[in-house]
Amino acid sequence: MLLIHCPHCREDREEEEYSYSGEAHIVRPLEPEALSDQEWGDYLFFRKNPKGIHHEMWYHAVGCRRYFYATRNTLSYEIIETYKVGEQPQVSAQGAA
Amino acid sequence: MKKYSGFSLFKNALSYHENWQKLWRSPKPKDYYDVIVVGGGGHGLATAYYLAKVHGITKVAVIEKGYLGGGNTARNTTIIRSNYLWDEAAQLYELSLKLWEGLSQELNYNVMFSQRGVLNLGHNLQDMRDIERRVNANRLNGIDGEVVTPERVKEIAPLINISKDCRYPILGASWQPRGGTARHDAVAWGYARGADALGVDLIQETEVIGIRRKNGSVVGVETTQGFIGSRKVACVTAGNSGVVAAMAGLRLPVESRPLQALVSEPVKPCLDTVVMSNAVHGYISQSDKGDLVIGAGVDGYNGYGQRGSFHVIEHTLQAICELFPAFSRVRMNRQWGGVVDTCPDACPIISKTSVDGLYFNCGWGTGGFKATPGSGYVFADTVANDHPHPLAAAFNVDRFNTGALIDEHGAAGVAH
Repeated sequence: MLLIHCPHCREDREEEEYSYSGEAHIVRPLEPEALSDQEWGDYLFFRKNPKGIHHEMWYHAVGCRRYFYATRNTLSYEIIETYKVGEQPQVSAQGAA
Repeated sequence: MKKYSGFSLFKNALSYHENWQKLWRSPKPKDYYDVIVVGGGGHGLATAYYLAKVHGITKVAVIEKGYLGGGNTARNTTIIRSNYLWDEAAQLYELSLKLWEGLSQELNYNVMFSQRGVLNLGHNLQDMRDIERRVNANRLNGIDGEVVTPERVKEIAPLINISKDCRYPILGASWQPRGGTARHDAVAWGYARGADALGVDLIQETEVIGIRRKNGSVVGVETTQGFIGSRKVACVTAGNSGVVAAMAGLRLPVESRPLQALVSEPVKPCLDTVVMSNAVHGYISQSDKGDLVIGAGVDGYNGYGQRGSFHVIEHTLQAICELFPAFSRVRMNRQWGGVVDTCPDACPIISKTSVDGLYFNCGWGTGGFKATPGSGYVFADTVANDHPHPLAAAFNVDRFNTGALIDEHGAAGVAH
């Protein structure tokens, strides 16, 4: 059971309160109709799926019902940081920013 | 390779079973192979076996970072069936099921394939409509199946609760009598022994740490035992596919997630079929040893930890206890997780890539075990001819760009 810190509620809550929305910082294309099939497929489906440090999006479904980002290690499951949408991570696969 | 037979059993009994031949050699890697298979699980070993057996390519190495069949092959719930909705998927899984039917003879190795039948339960009207549609689609594809009533379900699995007074009453099921289970380890060992006998080198405890390329073509792999050359590298690395793809600068449409299973203490024979339910989310069978083998769902988030969240198991056991009230007193013995590579459309990727000579067979998600023979068969063909096998063509990775997805969430979903 993960204990996840919601940066909006500023509380550590159990993972059952949250749902997962996959890789973070994927920007929706401003003009989807201008993309080729290749680019649109890449945007929709292709992911980094790393073993180790991963930036990902979570949703506090039964709490504040707001989205936020987390930097988590997918091997040890350690949650290194959580931060609000619009902010940048302090830690990345290359080390601390 | 010495053939197993009644006579060999008798002969070896005379020497107290101390002189059985080893199942396979443990060779040093050569400098060059015609094909390198990365990953020594069931699918990888089957690929190597069919490369040698069907295509006569015997200068093949299987490179495994741990031991053979030690990943998801050793962790799944061994369910085999082919009742998938769409033609492409149904034909691929049906090829597998047909290979399963002759596999013990083919490999001269008892994979303990048991066609005890598979029930997929329906708990509401929409479930039943979907089941009828799927069974009809199966029959059009020549796959056995029937829609059965709750009373018939009770005949097949007498311990099941078909009372109408429960939260998710059973309204019926699809029944595939040819489905069943097999011994997971034996499948890997049988293919390994068969491949080794045909000259394939099985190289264990050697991890691939890089894929060397030259002018957009593969020239070999970097391993913890040094560089091994090959113009064809076939990756069958399940949960680690994303990591291996990144070595060649590729991304895949897969996410790796933990999938859990658990077994109970051994009990007397009480369930001689496989019961699955998508709606309440549990699946269960009884092994020959007597333990109840129970599959849970995938975790909600990416993870490579080979363990899962507790609430996922709790959810599955609630479903099992409602379906089989008698099992509420059974104690659970062991629980574990495997890392599965889930695809957005719940179908696998069997494909060439943008790198010449690099092939991927991955994305089997929560249900790859049943497909082991067919997966190896079509992937070996794809690698040998550098052209997709007719049954593999629809599973090209390009489908995520063209939009030709094969949505098997209904038949595959979580309950495989």
